[in-house]
Amino acid sequence: MTLASTTQLICFAVLSLTVVVGAFGVVLLPNIVYSAFLLGGVFLSVAGLYLLLNASFVAAAQVLVYVGAVNVLILFAIMLVNKREDLSDSSGLALRRVLSAGVCGGLFVLLTRVAVTTPWALPGPASIGEEATARIGEHLFSDYLLPFELASVLLLMAMIGAIVLARRDVFASDVITGEPADQGLIEKARTPLLTSKP
Amino acid sequence: MVTTPGGLDLQASFEAALEGFGLSHGVAHLLWLPLPMVLVLVAAVVGVLVNVWLERKISAAVQQRIGPEYAGALGILQPMADGLKLLFKEDIIPARADGLLFTLGPVLVLIPVILSWLVVPFGQNLLISNVGIGIFLWIALSSIQPIGLLMSGYASNNKYSLLGGLRAAAQSISYEIPLALAVLAVVMMSNSLSTVDIVNQQTGAGIFSWNIWRQPVGFVIFWICALAECERLPFDLPEAEEELVAGYQTEYAGMKFALFYLGSYINLVLSALLVAVLYLGGWGFPLPIEWLAGWLGQPIDAPVVQVIAASVGIVMTVLKAYLLVFFAILLRWSVPRVRIDQLLDLGWKFLLPIALVNLLVTAGLKLAFPGVFGG
Repeated sequence: MTLASTTQLICFAVLSLTVVVGAFGVVLLPNIVYSAFLLGGVFLSVAGLYLLLNASFVAAAQVLVYVGAVNVLILFAIMLVNKREDLSDSSGLALRRVLSAGVCGGLFVLLTRVAVTTPWALPGPASIGEEATARIGEHLFSDYLLPFELASVLLLMAMIGAIVLARRDVFASDVITGEPADQGLIEKARTPLLTSKP
Repeated sequence: MVTTPGGLDLQASFEAALEGFGLSHGVAHLLWLPLPMVLVLVAAVVGVLVNVWLERKISAAVQQRIGPEYAGALGILQPMADGLKLLFKEDIIPARADGLLFTLGPVLVLIPVILSWLVVPFGQNLLISNVGIGIFLWIALSSIQPIGLLMSGYASNNKYSLLGGLRAAAQSISYEIPLALAVLAVVMMSNSLSTVDIVNQQTGAGIFSWNIWRQPVGFVIFWICALAECERLPFDLPEAEEELVAGYQTEYAGMKFALFYLGSYINLVLSALLVAVLYLGGWGFPLPIEWLAGWLGQPIDAPVVQVIAASVGIVMTVLKAYLLVFFAILLRWSVPRVRIDQLLDLGWKFLLPIALVNLLVTAGLKLAFPGVFGG
């Protein structure tokens, strides 16, 4: 066994273990902040798995998008609203847990079955290494152009939705319910802080 | 390290020498692997020591003081004294803080910065790894840092720390986008993400082929964004003393604080090095070294010429980087700190549109003048 393949094997074992244990931690830990940080660890380990598959561009993109943007935004949201209060248990918690565990277990069995029964073509196509960046670009602008553009439209819709939700002061009535909008928390036109006393 | 024709290849020579002693190829390779990493790590830390000394001396000169004076000649040992002081201080974890995250935060801030040195080239073969995604790796790694800042801000259990961490994350996210767009324009001209290729594309005619002449707007955008990513004044809002005590660093002492300190200075040196690589011709001398060798009647492949060229390359890279560090320190004492809303306005409403226009104009120029703007 050569040096490179031993290193690869060790890295694969460590990364897979981190992904599995980390993912369990994300779901099972009661503290939401720990879950969010562990999620970042899981994303990083997945990027490491991509690296092992010779897909360095995808790995870097994974780090940039999932760790650098998605996970940071999740943390941002958690910390902005974190009130450090214990939430009361919702009713029928035990039943809910059993049900969700059943659904997840079923999904796991299904996926395992697919992974075992599919006749994988081994070894797969030869990796193109550094040329992957150019190849991804070509695909994005030829046969995957439509999904690529549709994704950008989806993002634009999400952005406009966020702006509408955040800036309710531009509408006199609530967008969803049609009731007059509550203007209480919305920034008023600038009023002088120190009024001159009569 | 990759083998490129023309240029020193230390790896091949080192492994050949070891194999000459009767070691197998695998063992020789194993012995080679840690060498460039340790060397770059030492270079980074020494770079920080020099940087701290420069910061103290130049700040003093700007304010018409003398600065450090007694620790060594011209106070040159002052950074070492600073480091030793931090090393011997008591390591305090606040009582109500979250010990695990509190310890992990500074580590997460430092590691991506050090990893980014992987792609900084000091010469044709003088870098740890010429990875194909090069500069993109740095952009991706630098996006991990805000997680460490959020972590330490949250774990300190202090409202100033939390606010500082949140500010750091917001700032980092906003300035990453114009930064990446500015880098993208350079990448488009050199047809490669690799830092070595980016420098090689700037070597044709010495100082006139540097990217700063073709990308003046990109250069300014990149420099502003790099300063914001390093949290240097005028963008040091996450640790603004007057408002937030010291931001996410408030509760930290001893070596944990030193990790933040180290991280921010390594990041500054790294950003300056990358500006040199992207816009100032990297290891290139203002006159192409091939011309000089030709005038002196020396073949460019001669070993002596190669060694001199490599040394000049290292000196030029470091010189350009420290020139930029000098400007960063001068900026620190000449520009007032911006407010948080001004910071976000500058990033989203000014730098982002300008960077997009810059990218578009570069693409147009590349189509119109493929000879000058990279075909």
